Amino acid sequence: MPAEKLKCKECGTEYPPEALYVCERCFGPLEVAYDHARLDDVAAVRRRIQAGHEDIWRYADFLPLSGPPPGPGNHGVPHPGLPVGWTPLMRADRLGERLGLRNLWVKNDAANPTHSFKDRVVAVASARARELGFEALACASTGNLGNAVAAQAAAIGMPSYVFIPADLEEQKILGTGVFGTNLVEVRGNYDEVNRLCTELSADRDWAFVNINMRPYYAEGSKTVAFEIVEQLGWELPDRLVVPIASGSLFTKVARGFEEWIALGLVDGRLPTMNGAQATGCAPVANAYAAGQDFCQPVKPDTIAKSLAIGNPADGPYALDLARRSGGSIDAVSDEEIRDGITLLAQTTGIFTETAGGVTTAVLAKLAARGAIDPDERVVLVITGDGLKTLDAVRGSFTARRIDPSVEAFEECIARVPLVAGAA
Amino acid sequence: MAVNVKIPTALRIATDGEAEVGVEGETVSEVLDALFERFDGLRERISDEQGSLRRFVNVYVAGEDIRFLDGLDTPVADGSEITILPAVAGG
Repeated sequence: MPAEKLKCKECGTEYPPEALYVCERCFGPLEVAYDHARLDDVAAVRRRIQAGHEDIWRYADFLPLSGPPPGPGNHGVPHPGLPVGWTPLMRADRLGERLGLRNLWVKNDAANPTHSFKDRVVAVASARARELGFEALACASTGNLGNAVAAQAAAIGMPSYVFIPADLEEQKILGTGVFGTNLVEVRGNYDEVNRLCTELSADRDWAFVNINMRPYYAEGSKTVAFEIVEQLGWELPDRLVVPIASGSLFTKVARGFEEWIALGLVDGRLPTMNGAQATGCAPVANAYAAGQDFCQPVKPDTIAKSLAIGNPADGPYALDLARRSGGSIDAVSDEEIRDGITLLAQTTGIFTETAGGVTTAVLAKLAARGAIDPDERVVLVITGDGLKTLDAVRGSFTARRIDPSVEAFEECIARVPLVAGAA
Repeated sequence: MAVNVKIPTALRIATDGEAEVGVEGETVSEVLDALFERFDGLRERISDEQGSLRRFVNVYVAGEDIRFLDGLDTPVADGSEITILPAVAGG
């Protein structure tokens, strides 16, 4: 449904639904507001969703487009773009057994076209950018967003500009450049890239998806919550564990649940929201531990580069959400992150990037300290693919190298026995 | 010290559309006060009642966030560039 207006999250000042992202009165962030009173027939809304295609546009009633959604469900739109979302929600019984949890699921958002949840937000931002008449996409990225912007721009036929810190993982750089984008490696960390792009966005007629398109972009993250509810048979989980970089995903997933609860599409209360950060970049977890409602920025130093935002703009809202939902925000070390990656891989078959290692390790930490009732219905949100951060698992196992003969094999396993059964 | 302050789009409504403004000051605080004196309506947009910067306002001296320096007491050198920007999430 069209955005009715943009509204300042701090002071409530209203603006037209254009390419605006910051309040002129108080500098607060702007957020999309809808006229949900138009969705008074809840049964009809649910039928529209269930009749939709298996992508995020089945939730078009809750996404800020003026026209019909692009995507395979709308054959009238040329260059509809990549189909995104509707990723698997998988029962993770073996991981649950390891952690003492009886009802654990993994929402595997690595199963998106460019292998991270960023495809969701880019799909919404790029569609809105086209409606607003922009002719180029751009972004400041820690890697995954660059992949998503470059790919979506190629799919819909727009030029794109991707700005990244120069020290990113090679896989993320290659996986962006291949799409023919204008790739700019900035000698600096993400916060410096973000500052540069915020300055550039003022004077260029580009849709920076996470700057001047940010109110629309952020709405895409709500679809993670919508899918979880639908995939659980129109029920709410009790708890989510979600990674935090800027805090946008964390807060918007909760907003998705809240919109559906308010409309009566699903019954129950907001799930407990647990946020996950890396110790080497934990401005939100630090503020949570200190009882503060603001974040002191940090200089990131962690292998979880996709979470390496030292100045998290949605930090205050993430803190508020964790506290009011009964959750927490925890941080884990690089060693715990690597252990998290292998734990998830060896108990679920899902290979996640470092951010997923953070999330899995925080889940393990919460379970170990008894913060989770064993019967709670818990969803672990995995946001990206392990093939993007291969260095994190280098050296974590050994392979046996032999000559191609039966004797060589027998001799090898006599020395180092094979492992029977799964880890 | 004469410094150059870069004004973000969202604040140009209060600076008569000016994108860069030259002012005098020894510290960030003095630079901001000089700006506030020159442009009506700027102070309440980025400062709270206690005189601190609002929580979504980022100020940089020569590209460095003043929260890594001495905050509002950060000294500014002659010819420094000061940038005011909104905090932006996403990545």
